[in-house]
Amino acid sequence: MASVLEIQDLHVSYRSREGAACPALAGISFSLMPGEILGVLGESGSGKSTLAAALLRLLPGNGNIIRGAVHFEGKDLLQAKPEELRQIRGRRISLIFQEPSLALHPTMRASEQVRQVLAAHGSPGKSALNERTHQVFAEVFREEADRISRSYPHQLSGGQRQRVLIAQAIACGPSIVIADEPTASLDPATQMEIIGVFRKLRERLGLAMIFITHNPALLSGFAGRVLVLYGGRVAELGPAATVLGSPAHPYTRALFASIPAVFEESGSSGTKKLPVIPGDSSQSSFPNVGCPFEPRCTERMDICREREPGLVNLSASHTVSCFKYGS
Amino acid sequence: MQPLLRAENLLKRYTKRSPTGAREELLALDGVSFTISPGTTLAVVGESGSGKSTLALCIACLESPTAGSIWFEGKDIVKFGERARRQVRPQIQLIFQDPASSLNPRWNVFQILTEPLDLDGNHTSEEMKQRAGSSLERVGLSSEIMARLPIELSGGQRQRLAIARALTIEPKLLILDEALSALDCSVQAQIANLLMELQGSLGMTYLFITHDLAMAAHLADEIAVMNRGRIVEQGLAKNILMQPKHETTRRLLEAVPRITHGAQTALEQ
Repeated sequence: MASVLEIQDLHVSYRSREGAACPALAGISFSLMPGEILGVLGESGSGKSTLAAALLRLLPGNGNIIRGAVHFEGKDLLQAKPEELRQIRGRRISLIFQEPSLALHPTMRASEQVRQVLAAHGSPGKSALNERTHQVFAEVFREEADRISRSYPHQLSGGQRQRVLIAQAIACGPSIVIADEPTASLDPATQMEIIGVFRKLRERLGLAMIFITHNPALLSGFAGRVLVLYGGRVAELGPAATVLGSPAHPYTRALFASIPAVFEESGSSGTKKLPVIPGDSSQSSFPNVGCPFEPRCTERMDICREREPGLVNLSASHTVSCFKYGS
Repeated sequence: MQPLLRAENLLKRYTKRSPTGAREELLALDGVSFTISPGTTLAVVGESGSGKSTLALCIACLESPTAGSIWFEGKDIVKFGERARRQVRPQIQLIFQDPASSLNPRWNVFQILTEPLDLDGNHTSEEMKQRAGSSLERVGLSSEIMARLPIELSGGQRQRLAIARALTIEPKLLILDEALSALDCSVQAQIANLLMELQGSLGMTYLFITHDLAMAAHLADEIAVMNRGRIVEQGLAKNILMQPKHETTRRLLEAVPRITHGAQTALEQ
Protein backbone atom coordinates (compact mmCIF):
# COMPACT_ATOMS: atom_id res chain seq x y z
CA MET A 1 0.00 0.00 0.00
CA ALA A 2 1.29 3.45 -0.84
CA SER A 3 1.95 5.75 2.07
CA VAL A 4 0.24 9.14 2.39
CA LEU A 5 3.27 10.77 3.98
CA GLU A 6 6.87 9.72 3.70
CA ILE A 7 9.55 11.27 5.89
CA GLN A 8 13.12 10.61 4.87
CA ASP A 9 16.25 11.32 6.87
CA LEU A 10 14.93 14.50 8.48
CA HIS A 11 17.52 16.62 10.27
CA VAL A 12 16.51 19.75 12.18
CA SER A 13 18.63 21.94 14.38
CA TYR A 14 18.09 25.08 16.42
CA ARG A 15 20.47 28.00 16.69
CA SER A 16 21.15 29.01 20.26
CA ARG A 17 21.57 32.66 21.25
CA GLU A 18 25.32 32.17 21.15
CA GLY A 19 25.04 30.92 17.58
CA ALA A 20 25.80 27.28 18.31
CA ALA A 21 23.75 24.66 16.49
CA CYS A 22 21.68 22.35 18.72
CA PRO A 23 20.49 19.31 16.80
CA ALA A 24 16.87 18.44 17.59
CA LEU A 25 16.14 15.78 15.01
CA ALA A 26 18.94 13.65 13.63
CA GLY A 27 17.84 11.46 10.77
CA ILE A 28 14.16 10.60 11.26
CA SER A 29 12.56 8.37 8.64
CA PHE A 30 9.10 6.84 8.67
CA SER A 31 6.00 6.61 6.58
CA LEU A 32 2.33 7.12 7.38
CA MET A 33 -0.21 4.79 5.80
CA PRO A 34 -3.71 5.94 4.74
CA GLY A 35 -6.13 5.79 7.65
CA GLU A 36 -3.38 4.85 10.08
CA ILE A 37 -2.90 6.27 13.57
CA LEU A 38 0.79 6.55 14.24
CA GLY A 39 1.58 7.26 17.88
CA VAL A 40 4.80 9.22 18.42
CA LEU A 41 6.02 8.70 21.95
CA GLY A 42 8.68 10.91 23.40
CA GLU A 43 9.57 12.80 26.56
CA SER A 44 10.74 16.39 26.80
CA GLY A 45 13.79 16.94 24.67
CA SER A 46 13.06 14.02 22.37
CA GLY A 47 12.19 16.30 19.46
CA LYS A 48 8.53 15.33 19.17
CA SER A 49 7.16 18.87 18.89
CA THR A 50 9.97 19.80 16.52
CA LEU A 51 8.86 16.91 14.34
CA ALA A 52 5.25 18.16 14.24
CA ALA A 53 6.35 21.67 13.32
CA ALA A 54 9.01 20.61 10.82
CA LEU A 55 6.62 18.51 8.73
CA LEU A 56 4.63 21.64 7.83
CA ARG A 57 7.64 23.96 7.99
CA LEU A 58 6.28 25.84 10.98
CA LEU A 59 9.52 25.88 12.97
CA PRO A 60 10.35 29.00 14.99
CA GLY A 61 12.82 31.45 13.48
CA ASN A 62 15.89 29.82 14.98
CA GLY A 63 14.96 26.37 13.72
CA ASN A 64 16.52 25.06 10.50
CA ILE A 65 15.76 22.02 8.45
CA ILE A 66 19.26 20.81 7.61
CA ARG A 67 18.27 18.09 5.21
CA GLY A 68 15.68 15.44 4.52
CA ALA A 69 12.45 15.14 2.61
CA VAL A 70 8.74 15.01 3.44
CA HIS A 71 6.84 13.50 0.50
CA PHE A 72 3.14 14.24 0.32
CA GLU A 73 0.95 13.77 -2.75
CA GLY A 74 3.94 13.71 -5.05
CA LYS A 75 5.54 16.84 -3.61
CA ASP A 76 8.43 17.36 -1.23
CA LEU A 77 6.95 19.70 1.39
CA LEU A 78 10.42 20.84 2.37
CA GLN A 79 10.99 22.17 -1.17
CA ALA A 80 7.46 23.49 -1.76
CA LYS A 81 6.87 27.17 -2.48
CA PRO A 82 5.15 29.23 0.24
CA GLU A 83 1.88 29.46 -1.70
CA GLU A 84 1.85 25.71 -2.28
CA LEU A 85 2.41 25.16 1.43
CA ARG A 86 -0.47 27.47 2.32
CA GLN A 87 -2.74 25.32 0.18
CA ILE A 88 -1.67 22.23 2.11
CA ARG A 89 -1.58 23.51 5.68
CA GLY A 90 -4.98 23.33 7.32
CA ARG A 91 -6.56 21.91 4.18
CA ARG A 92 -4.74 18.70 3.31
CA ILE A 93 -2.69 18.36 6.50
CA SER A 94 -3.81 20.04 9.71
CA LEU A 95 -2.12 20.50 13.02
CA ILE A 96 -3.69 20.43 16.49
CA PHE A 97 -1.78 21.98 19.34
CA GLN A 98 -1.57 21.10 22.99
CA GLU A 99 -3.10 24.09 24.69
CA PRO A 100 -6.63 24.73 23.43
CA SER A 101 -6.97 27.90 25.45
CA LEU A 102 -3.98 29.43 23.66
CA ALA A 103 -4.88 28.20 20.21
CA LEU A 104 -8.35 29.78 20.21
CA HIS A 105 -9.13 33.46 19.85
CA PRO A 106 -10.60 34.58 23.17
CA THR A 107 -13.15 37.08 21.84
CA MET A 108 -14.45 35.17 18.85
CA ARG A 109 -17.32 32.68 18.86
CA ALA A 110 -16.35 29.07 18.25
CA SER A 111 -18.32 28.88 15.01
CA GLU A 112 -16.54 31.94 13.62
CA GLN A 113 -13.15 30.36 14.33
CA VAL A 114 -14.10 27.33 12.28
CA ARG A 115 -15.69 29.47 9.57
CA GLN A 116 -12.47 31.42 9.15
CA VAL A 117 -10.53 28.25 8.46
CA LEU A 118 -13.02 27.34 5.75
CA ALA A 119 -13.02 30.84 4.30
CA ALA A 120 -9.24 30.95 4.18
CA HIS A 121 -9.27 27.95 1.87
CA GLY A 122 -11.70 29.28 -0.72
CA SER A 123 -15.05 30.90 0.03
CA PRO A 124 -17.99 28.90 -1.24
CA GLY A 125 -20.54 31.58 -0.34
CA LYS A 126 -22.11 32.44 2.95
CA SER A 127 -24.83 29.83 3.18
CA ALA A 128 -22.53 27.00 2.11
CA LEU A 129 -20.03 28.21 4.68
CA ASN A 130 -22.61 28.16 7.46
CA GLU A 131 -23.86 24.80 6.33
CA ARG A 132 -20.37 23.27 6.44
CA THR A 133 -19.60 24.85 9.83
CA HIS A 134 -22.78 23.37 11.19
CA GLN A 135 -21.82 19.97 9.79
CA VAL A 136 -18.36 20.07 11.32
CA PHE A 137 -19.71 20.94 14.77
CA ALA A 138 -22.24 18.13 14.55
CA GLU A 139 -19.36 15.82 13.68
CA VAL A 140 -17.33 16.53 16.84
CA PHE A 141 -20.08 17.29 19.35
CA ARG A 142 -22.69 14.71 20.08
CA GLU A 143 -24.86 17.10 22.03
CA GLU A 144 -25.36 20.82 22.18
CA ALA A 145 -23.44 21.43 18.96
CA ASP A 146 -25.42 24.59 18.30
CA ARG A 147 -24.99 26.08 21.74
CA ILE A 148 -21.26 25.37 21.70
CA SER A 149 -20.79 26.83 18.24
CA ARG A 150 -22.29 30.09 19.50
CA SER A 151 -20.12 30.16 22.65
CA TYR A 152 -16.89 31.99 23.34
CA PRO A 153 -13.87 29.91 24.37
CA HIS A 154 -14.07 31.00 28.03
CA GLN A 155 -17.60 29.59 28.24
CA LEU A 156 -16.36 26.14 27.27
CA SER A 157 -14.67 23.41 29.25
CA GLY A 158 -11.19 22.18 28.36
CA GLY A 159 -12.56 19.16 26.56
CA GLN A 160 -15.04 21.25 24.58
CA ARG A 161 -12.30 23.68 23.56
CA GLN A 162 -10.16 20.80 22.39
CA ARG A 163 -13.10 19.62 20.29
CA VAL A 164 -13.39 23.06 18.71
CA LEU A 165 -9.74 22.73 17.69
CA ILE A 166 -10.51 19.34 16.22
CA ALA A 167 -13.45 20.90 14.35
CA GLN A 168 -11.04 23.47 12.87
CA ALA A 169 -8.63 20.74 11.92
CA ILE A 170 -11.14 18.60 10.05
CA ALA A 171 -13.17 21.47 8.56
CA CYS A 172 -11.50 21.32 5.16
CA GLY A 173 -11.50 17.55 4.99
CA PRO A 174 -7.76 16.91 5.32
CA SER A 175 -6.22 13.52 4.71
CA ILE A 176 -3.72 13.88 7.58
CA VAL A 177 -4.09 15.35 11.06
CA ILE A 178 -0.99 15.92 13.19
CA ALA A 179 -1.87 16.28 16.87
CA ASP A 180 0.85 17.48 19.24
CA GLU A 181 -0.09 16.45 22.81
CA PRO A 182 -3.76 17.25 22.20
CA THR A 183 -4.88 15.86 25.56
CA ALA A 184 -2.02 16.80 27.87
CA SER A 185 -3.93 19.54 29.70
CA LEU A 186 -7.10 17.49 30.23
CA ASP A 187 -8.11 15.18 33.06
CA PRO A 188 -8.07 11.43 32.33
CA ALA A 189 -11.78 10.99 31.72
CA THR A 190 -11.79 13.88 29.23
CA GLN A 191 -8.58 12.57 27.65
CA MET A 192 -10.31 9.31 26.90
CA GLU A 193 -13.29 11.18 25.48
CA ILE A 194 -11.07 13.10 23.08
CA ILE A 195 -9.30 9.91 22.06
CA GLY A 196 -12.76 8.52 21.36
CA VAL A 197 -13.50 11.50 19.10
CA PHE A 198 -10.30 10.85 17.14
CA ARG A 199 -11.16 7.18 16.74
CA LYS A 200 -14.59 8.02 15.44
CA LEU A 201 -13.22 10.55 12.98
CA ARG A 202 -10.69 8.11 11.68
CA GLU A 203 -13.39 5.55 11.08
CA ARG A 204 -15.83 7.97 9.51
CA LEU A 205 -13.47 10.14 7.48
CA GLY A 206 -10.54 7.78 6.94
CA LEU A 207 -8.08 10.29 8.38
CA ALA A 208 -4.46 9.32 8.87
CA MET A 209 -3.07 10.70 12.11
CA ILE A 210 0.24 11.40 13.73
CA PHE A 211 -0.58 11.48 17.44
CA ILE A 212 2.26 12.87 19.51
CA THR A 213 2.27 12.25 23.26
CA HIS A 214 4.50 11.65 26.26
CA ASN A 215 1.99 9.24 27.78
CA PRO A 216 2.41 5.68 26.46
CA ALA A 217 -0.82 4.51 28.05
CA LEU A 218 -2.87 6.79 25.81
CA LEU A 219 -1.66 4.93 22.74
CA SER A 220 -2.69 1.53 23.94
CA GLY A 221 -5.74 0.37 22.01
CA PHE A 222 -5.70 3.54 19.93
CA ALA A 223 -2.57 3.75 17.78
CA GLY A 224 -1.86 1.23 15.08
CA ARG A 225 1.88 1.69 15.19
CA VAL A 226 4.10 3.41 17.74
CA LEU A 227 7.27 5.33 17.07
CA VAL A 228 9.47 5.98 20.12
CA LEU A 229 11.67 9.05 19.86
CA TYR A 230 14.74 9.58 21.98
CA GLY A 231 17.27 12.37 21.52
CA GLY A 232 15.91 13.26 18.09
CA ARG A 233 16.28 9.74 16.76
CA VAL A 234 13.95 6.82 16.22
CA ALA A 235 14.59 4.44 19.12
CA GLU A 236 11.92 1.96 18.17
CA LEU A 237 9.11 1.65 15.64
CA GLY A 238 6.58 -1.12 15.36
CA PRO A 239 2.98 -2.27 15.77
CA ALA A 240 1.45 -0.76 18.93
CA ALA A 241 0.73 -4.13 20.53
CA THR A 242 4.37 -5.18 20.09
CA VAL A 243 6.03 -1.94 21.16
CA LEU A 244 3.71 -1.44 24.13
CA GLY A 245 3.44 -5.10 25.06
CA SER A 246 7.00 -6.31 24.56
CA PRO A 247 9.26 -3.33 23.94
CA ALA A 248 12.75 -4.06 22.65
CA HIS A 249 14.73 -0.85 23.19
CA PRO A 250 16.20 -0.45 26.70
CA TYR A 251 14.77 3.09 26.85
CA THR A 252 11.23 2.00 26.00
CA ARG A 253 11.44 -0.78 28.57
CA ALA A 254 12.77 1.48 31.33
CA LEU A 255 10.14 4.09 30.52
CA PHE A 256 7.25 1.65 30.86
CA ALA A 257 8.70 0.20 34.06
CA SER A 258 8.63 3.62 35.71
CA ILE A 259 4.83 3.95 35.46
CA PRO A 260 2.99 2.74 38.56
CA ALA A 261 0.42 0.04 37.87
CA VAL A 262 -3.08 0.38 39.27
CA PHE A 263 -3.24 -3.20 40.39
CA GLU A 264 0.07 -4.12 41.89
CA GLU A 265 0.58 -7.46 43.55
CA SER A 266 -1.50 -7.44 46.69
CA GLY A 267 0.46 -6.78 49.84
CA SER A 268 2.61 -4.08 48.31
CA SER A 269 2.13 -1.01 50.43
CA GLY A 270 3.12 2.52 49.55
CA THR A 271 6.74 1.92 50.40
CA LYS A 272 7.93 0.35 47.19
CA LYS A 273 10.10 2.51 44.99
CA LEU A 274 9.47 2.93 41.32
CA PRO A 275 12.26 1.88 38.97
CA VAL A 276 13.64 5.07 37.44
CA ILE A 277 15.79 6.02 34.49
CA PRO A 278 18.71 7.89 36.03
CA GLY A 279 19.42 11.44 34.86
CA ASP A 280 17.18 13.36 32.49
CA SER A 281 16.65 13.77 28.78
CA SER A 282 17.88 17.35 28.53
CA GLN A 283 20.21 18.33 25.72
CA SER A 284 23.28 18.20 27.96
CA SER A 285 22.78 14.50 28.65
CA PHE A 286 23.33 13.51 25.02
CA PRO A 287 26.88 12.46 24.21
CA ASN A 288 28.60 13.79 21.10
CA VAL A 289 29.35 10.34 19.77
CA GLY A 290 27.58 7.05 20.25
CA CYS A 291 24.02 6.18 21.20
CA PRO A 292 22.10 9.14 22.73
CA PHE A 293 20.67 6.91 25.44
CA GLU A 294 24.04 5.38 26.39
CA PRO A 295 24.70 7.57 29.49
CA ARG A 296 21.37 6.50 31.05
CA CYS A 297 21.23 2.96 29.76
CA THR A 298 21.61 0.04 32.16
CA GLU A 299 22.48 -2.36 29.37
CA ARG A 300 25.24 -0.31 27.73
CA MET A 301 28.21 -1.92 26.07
CA ASP A 302 31.55 -0.56 24.88
CA ILE A 303 30.38 -0.16 21.31
CA CYS A 304 27.53 2.14 22.42
CA ARG A 305 30.08 4.81 23.26
CA GLU A 306 31.91 4.53 19.96
CA ARG A 307 29.22 4.94 17.35
CA GLU A 308 25.54 5.34 16.88
CA PRO A 309 23.46 2.19 16.42
CA GLY A 310 21.59 1.83 13.14
CA LEU A 311 18.04 0.55 12.85
CA VAL A 312 17.79 -3.21 13.15
CA ASN A 313 14.77 -5.12 11.85
CA LEU A 314 13.40 -7.46 14.50
CA SER A 315 10.53 -8.43 12.24
CA ALA A 316 9.02 -7.12 9.02
CA SER A 317 7.30 -4.32 10.92
CA HIS A 318 9.33 -3.87 14.12
CA THR A 319 12.62 -1.95 14.03
CA VAL A 320 14.83 -0.89 16.89
CA SER A 321 17.99 1.17 17.14
CA CYS A 322 20.21 -0.69 19.59
CA PHE A 323 23.43 -2.73 19.42
CA LYS A 324 21.89 -5.41 21.62
CA TYR A 325 20.16 -6.74 18.56
CA GLY A 326 22.79 -8.01 16.14
CA SER A 327 22.74 -6.75 12.61
CA MET B 1 -1.52 9.52 67.97
CA GLN B 2 -2.84 13.01 67.56
CA PRO B 3 -3.52 13.77 63.90
CA LEU B 4 -1.44 16.54 62.35
CA LEU B 5 -4.47 17.85 60.53
CA ARG B 6 -8.17 17.32 60.98
CA ALA B 7 -10.74 18.89 58.70
CA GLU B 8 -14.28 18.99 59.99
CA ASN B 9 -17.29 19.62 57.84
CA LEU B 10 -15.59 22.08 55.52
CA LEU B 11 -17.91 24.16 53.43
CA LYS B 12 -16.85 26.62 50.77
CA ARG B 13 -19.39 28.58 48.81
CA TYR B 14 -18.49 30.87 45.93
CA THR B 15 -20.96 33.40 44.65
CA LYS B 16 -20.73 34.26 41.03
CA ARG B 17 -22.55 37.21 39.57
CA SER B 18 -23.64 36.74 35.99
CA PRO B 19 -23.65 39.72 33.58
CA THR B 20 -27.40 40.07 34.06
CA GLY B 21 -26.88 40.60 37.78
CA ALA B 22 -28.31 37.25 38.85
CA ARG B 23 -26.40 35.54 41.62
CA GLU B 24 -25.24 32.05 41.09
CA GLU B 25 -24.02 29.98 43.99
CA LEU B 26 -21.43 27.29 43.70
CA LEU B 27 -20.74 24.90 46.51
CA ALA B 28 -17.09 23.95 45.96
CA LEU B 29 -16.78 22.08 49.25
CA ASP B 30 -19.84 20.48 50.75
CA GLY B 31 -19.05 19.04 54.18
CA VAL B 32 -15.55 17.63 53.80
CA SER B 33 -14.01 15.85 56.80
CA PHE B 34 -10.77 13.89 57.08
CA THR B 35 -7.67 13.49 59.23
CA ILE B 36 -3.99 13.08 58.39
CA SER B 37 -1.57 11.52 60.88
CA PRO B 38 2.00 12.83 61.02
CA GLY B 39 4.39 11.11 58.61
CA THR B 40 1.63 9.72 56.39
CA THR B 41 0.18 10.57 53.00
CA LEU B 42 -3.45 11.20 52.23
CA ALA B 43 -4.32 11.31 48.54
CA VAL B 44 -7.37 13.26 47.44
CA VAL B 45 -8.48 12.14 44.00
CA GLY B 46 -11.27 13.47 41.84
CA GLU B 47 -12.12 14.74 38.40
CA SER B 48 -11.63 18.36 37.48
CA GLY B 49 -14.20 20.54 39.20
CA SER B 50 -14.63 18.17 42.12
CA GLY B 51 -13.30 20.74 44.59
CA LYS B 52 -9.90 19.24 45.30
CA SER B 53 -7.92 22.40 44.58
CA THR B 54 -10.31 24.52 46.66
CA LEU B 55 -9.62 22.08 49.47
CA ALA B 56 -5.86 22.61 49.04
CA LEU B 57 -6.26 26.39 49.20
CA CYS B 58 -8.40 26.21 52.36
CA ILE B 59 -5.94 23.93 54.12
CA ALA B 60 -3.02 26.17 53.11
CA CYS B 61 -4.79 29.21 54.67
CA LEU B 62 -5.03 30.90 51.28
CA GLU B 63 -8.84 30.71 51.22
CA SER B 64 -11.21 30.84 54.18
CA PRO B 65 -13.85 28.15 54.26
CA THR B 66 -17.44 29.37 54.56
CA ALA B 67 -18.00 27.01 57.49
CA GLY B 68 -16.25 24.18 59.28
CA SER B 69 -12.95 23.84 61.10
CA ILE B 70 -9.41 22.88 60.25
CA TRP B 71 -7.52 21.59 63.26
CA PHE B 72 -3.78 21.84 62.72
CA GLU B 73 -1.75 20.50 65.63
CA GLY B 74 -4.77 20.80 67.87
CA LYS B 75 -5.71 24.41 67.00
CA ASP B 76 -8.56 25.50 64.76
CA ILE B 77 -6.79 27.64 62.17
CA VAL B 78 -10.05 28.77 60.58
CA LYS B 79 -10.75 30.90 63.64
CA PHE B 80 -7.29 32.48 63.52
CA GLY B 81 -6.91 36.14 62.63
CA GLU B 82 -4.57 37.24 59.86
CA ARG B 83 -1.61 37.66 62.23
CA ALA B 84 -1.94 34.15 63.62
CA ARG B 85 -2.50 32.65 60.17
CA ARG B 86 0.83 34.09 59.08
CA GLN B 87 2.42 31.97 61.76
CA VAL B 88 0.69 28.88 60.39
CA ARG B 89 1.30 29.34 56.67
CA PRO B 90 5.04 28.56 56.72
CA GLN B 91 4.26 25.21 58.30
CA ILE B 92 1.94 24.22 55.46
CA GLN B 93 3.57 24.54 52.05
CA LEU B 94 2.04 24.09 48.61
CA ILE B 95 3.60 22.62 45.47
CA PHE B 96 1.74 23.34 42.25
CA GLN B 97 1.30 21.47 39.02
CA ASP B 98 3.41 23.56 36.73
CA PRO B 99 6.82 24.39 38.17
CA ALA B 100 7.50 26.73 35.26
CA SER B 101 4.75 29.11 36.35
CA SER B 102 5.28 28.81 40.08
CA LEU B 103 8.91 29.95 39.91
CA ASN B 104 9.85 33.56 39.20
CA PRO B 105 11.46 33.43 35.73
CA ARG B 106 13.79 36.35 36.46
CA TRP B 107 15.19 35.02 39.70
CA ASN B 108 18.05 32.60 39.93
CA VAL B 109 17.93 29.41 41.95
CA PHE B 110 19.51 31.04 45.00
CA GLN B 111 16.99 33.90 45.08
CA ILE B 112 14.10 31.47 44.65
CA LEU B 113 15.34 29.24 47.45
CA THR B 114 16.01 31.97 49.95
CA GLU B 115 12.83 34.02 49.48
CA PRO B 116 10.97 32.07 52.19
CA LEU B 117 13.87 32.72 54.59
CA ASP B 118 13.90 36.37 53.60
CA LEU B 119 10.21 36.68 54.45
CA ASP B 120 10.81 34.81 57.66
CA GLY B 121 13.46 37.40 58.61
CA ASN B 122 16.34 37.08 61.10
CA HIS B 123 18.62 35.01 58.90
CA THR B 124 22.19 36.02 58.18
CA SER B 125 23.37 35.77 54.60
CA GLU B 126 25.81 33.07 55.68
CA GLU B 127 22.99 30.99 57.10
CA MET B 128 20.86 31.52 53.99
CA LYS B 129 23.64 30.27 51.75
CA GLN B 130 24.12 27.24 53.89
CA ARG B 131 20.41 26.41 54.08
CA ALA B 132 19.90 26.96 50.35
CA GLY B 133 22.74 24.54 49.70
CA SER B 134 21.44 21.88 52.01
CA SER B 135 17.88 22.03 50.70
CA LEU B 136 19.18 21.62 47.14
CA GLU B 137 21.16 18.63 48.23
CA ARG B 138 18.10 17.13 49.92
CA VAL B 139 16.18 17.07 46.64
CA GLY B 140 19.10 15.66 44.67
CA LEU B 141 20.25 18.82 42.92
CA SER B 142 23.84 20.02 42.78
CA SER B 143 24.65 23.42 44.29
CA GLU B 144 26.38 24.25 41.00
CA ILE B 145 23.00 25.35 39.62
CA MET B 146 22.66 28.11 42.25
CA ALA B 147 23.15 30.92 39.70
CA ARG B 148 20.88 29.48 37.00
CA LEU B 149 17.46 30.77 35.95
CA PRO B 150 14.41 28.46 35.93
CA ILE B 151 14.42 28.42 32.11
CA GLU B 152 17.86 26.82 32.18
CA LEU B 153 16.55 23.86 34.18
CA SER B 154 14.69 20.79 32.96
CA GLY B 155 11.08 20.13 34.03
CA GLY B 156 12.18 17.62 36.63
CA GLN B 157 14.84 19.94 38.01
CA ARG B 158 12.27 22.74 38.28
CA GLN B 159 9.86 20.57 40.25
CA ARG B 160 12.73 19.50 42.50
CA LEU B 161 13.53 23.18 43.01
CA ALA B 162 9.91 23.93 43.93
CA ILE B 163 10.09 21.14 46.51
CA ALA B 164 13.44 22.41 47.81
CA ARG B 165 11.98 25.89 48.22
CA ALA B 166 9.05 24.52 50.18
CA LEU B 167 11.45 22.61 52.42
CA THR B 168 13.78 25.52 53.26
CA ILE B 169 11.50 26.70 56.05
CA GLU B 170 10.90 23.18 57.34
CA PRO B 171 7.13 22.84 56.96
CA LYS B 172 5.19 20.11 58.71
CA LEU B 173 2.70 19.51 55.92
CA LEU B 174 3.31 19.57 52.19
CA ILE B 175 0.30 19.92 49.90
CA LEU B 176 1.06 18.61 46.43
CA ASP B 177 -1.60 19.89 44.05
CA GLU B 178 -1.20 17.81 40.87
CA ALA B 179 2.53 18.18 41.43
CA LEU B 180 3.42 15.28 39.13
CA SER B 181 0.81 15.65 36.41
CA ALA B 182 2.78 17.97 34.14
CA LEU B 183 5.94 15.87 34.19
CA ASP B 184 7.14 13.13 31.85
CA CYS B 185 6.55 9.54 33.01
CA SER B 186 10.19 8.86 33.82
CA VAL B 187 10.48 12.17 35.70
CA GLN B 188 7.24 11.46 37.60
CA ALA B 189 8.81 8.28 38.89
CA GLN B 190 11.93 10.17 40.01
CA ILE B 191 9.92 12.82 41.87
CA ALA B 192 7.61 10.20 43.40
CA ASN B 193 10.65 8.37 44.75
CA LEU B 194 12.09 11.64 46.05
CA LEU B 195 8.86 12.36 47.92
CA MET B 196 9.01 8.91 49.52
CA GLU B 197 12.65 9.40 50.50
CA LEU B 198 11.88 12.74 52.11
CA GLN B 199 9.01 11.19 53.99
CA GLY B 200 11.41 8.57 55.32
CA SER B 201 14.22 10.95 56.28
CA LEU B 202 12.28 14.02 57.45
CA GLY B 203 9.01 12.41 58.49
CA MET B 204 7.10 14.65 56.09
CA THR B 205 3.32 14.56 55.94
CA TYR B 206 1.70 14.89 52.52
CA LEU B 207 -1.68 15.87 51.19
CA PHE B 208 -1.39 14.58 47.63
CA ILE B 209 -4.03 15.94 45.29
CA THR B 210 -4.32 14.26 41.93
CA HIS B 211 -6.55 12.74 39.30
CA ASP B 212 -4.13 9.87 38.76
CA LEU B 213 -5.42 6.99 40.85
CA ALA B 214 -2.44 4.79 40.03
CA MET B 215 0.05 7.32 41.38
CA ALA B 216 -2.21 8.05 44.36
CA ALA B 217 -2.29 4.36 45.22
CA HIS B 218 1.46 4.15 44.87
CA LEU B 219 2.26 7.08 47.16
CA ALA B 220 -0.57 7.27 49.66
CA ASP B 221 -1.53 5.38 52.77
CA GLU B 222 -5.11 6.54 52.48
CA ILE B 223 -7.21 7.76 49.58
CA ALA B 224 -10.22 10.07 49.69
CA VAL B 225 -12.31 10.25 46.52
CA MET B 226 -14.09 13.54 45.85
CA ASN B 227 -17.05 14.29 43.68
CA ARG B 228 -18.94 17.60 43.53
CA GLY B 229 -17.42 18.93 46.72
CA ARG B 230 -18.01 15.82 48.81
CA ILE B 231 -15.81 12.95 49.83
CA VAL B 232 -17.72 9.99 48.47
CA GLU B 233 -15.35 7.25 49.50
CA GLN B 234 -12.38 7.08 51.82
CA GLY B 235 -10.13 4.36 53.12
CA LEU B 236 -6.84 2.51 52.83
CA ALA B 237 -5.35 2.90 49.37
CA LYS B 238 -5.36 -0.84 48.79
CA ASN B 239 -9.02 -1.28 49.69
CA ILE B 240 -10.13 1.59 47.50
CA LEU B 241 -8.41 0.06 44.50
CA MET B 242 -9.44 -3.51 45.10
CA GLN B 243 -13.02 -2.88 46.18
CA PRO B 244 -14.14 0.47 44.84
CA LYS B 245 -17.61 1.10 46.22
CA HIS B 246 -18.64 4.41 44.78
CA GLU B 247 -19.41 5.03 41.15
CA THR B 248 -16.94 7.96 40.96
CA THR B 249 -14.10 5.74 42.12
CA ARG B 250 -14.97 3.12 39.55
CA ARG B 251 -15.12 5.77 36.86
CA LEU B 252 -11.72 7.14 37.89
CA LEU B 253 -10.27 3.65 37.91
CA GLU B 254 -11.55 3.01 34.43
CA ALA B 255 -10.14 6.30 33.26
CA VAL B 256 -6.60 5.46 34.34
CA PRO B 257 -4.99 4.88 30.99
CA ARG B 258 -2.83 1.82 31.20
CA ILE B 259 -0.61 -0.08 28.87
CA THR B 260 -2.38 -3.30 28.19
CA HIS B 261 -0.04 -5.99 27.09
CA GLY B 262 -1.63 -6.93 23.85
CA ALA B 263 -5.00 -7.30 25.53
CA GLN B 264 -8.10 -5.33 24.74
CA THR B 265 -8.68 -2.04 26.46
CA ALA B 266 -11.86 -0.37 27.56
CA LEU B 267 -11.60 1.78 24.47
CA GLU B 268 -11.96 -1.08 22.09
CA GLN B 269 -15.24 -2.26 23.46
